[in-house]
Amino acid sequence: MEYIHAFWVGGLICALVQILLDRTKLMPGRVMVLLVCSGAVLGFLGIYEPLKAFAGAGAGVPLLGFGNTLYQGIRKAVDEEGFLGLFTGGFTASAAGISAALIFSYLASLVFQPKMKE
Amino acid sequence: MDRNEQRKQQYRDYVEQVTPKHNLLKNMAGAFLTGGTICLLGQVILNFCKAQGLDPDVAGSWCSLLLVLGSVILTGFNLYPKIARFGGAGTLVPITGFANSVAAPAIEYQKEGQIFGIGCKIFTIAGPVILYGIITSWGLGLIYWAFGFLRG
Repeated sequence: MEYIHAFWVGGLICALVQILLDRTKLMPGRVMVLLVCSGAVLGFLGIYEPLKAFAGAGAGVPLLGFGNTLYQGIRKAVDEEGFLGLFTGGFTASAAGISAALIFSYLASLVFQPKMKE
Repeated sequence: MDRNEQRKQQYRDYVEQVTPKHNLLKNMAGAFLTGGTICLLGQVILNFCKAQGLDPDVAGSWCSLLLVLGSVILTGFNLYPKIARFGGAGTLVPITGFANSVAAPAIEYQKEGQIFGIGCKIFTIAGPVILYGIITSWGLGLIYWAFGFLRG
């Protein structure tokens, strides 16, 4: 059942964003920024954690989940460290994803050559 | 005047004609299937990690790490854009889309050097995403902190 919920919730989020892409002139970069910021807001409003409890990776894998992770990280750090947590929590919580993207991409640039556009 | 109007109309027709037509429902179906599959894959990783006795946060980090790795490899072999042609938003919205947007310019601009090529271009999309993500969550965190502070 977990797998089914992950599939349809994740798929639904993507399908809704597809409407945004097709019906507006928003570029992919802007859509990504919008998703991450929306995720942080949904986390703040207490909507995203229940969704994540229901859909698992269906809510965690989309970039909305990345925004939520940033906010939850800050919240947790504020609970533990107070004001300083505002400046440490976000990066701590998102460290694995961001570092992985940067490190693997750098390594990829050493290994792969640019491909011709088809 | 009339002639001018006619030419404008011709131009608009031409633009209409060469703009790729989007079949929204078909694109949405592609996004649904592709995005759903990537999330399903994420759930498989999550459940595997949980079965190893990892706590949910650590499992989540492993899930991001492995999806990012997979996406970077697919980007390197130029396969991610091929999936994206079918999947549209389904390849953009998951964290794999973020990884693709980091890896693609890093590979693309390597000829421009380590600093201004890879170093700068790797952040073309990642930069704004991280900046505005951090700013937004910081601002919201500030509200959270202020409420806690006032409550004592």
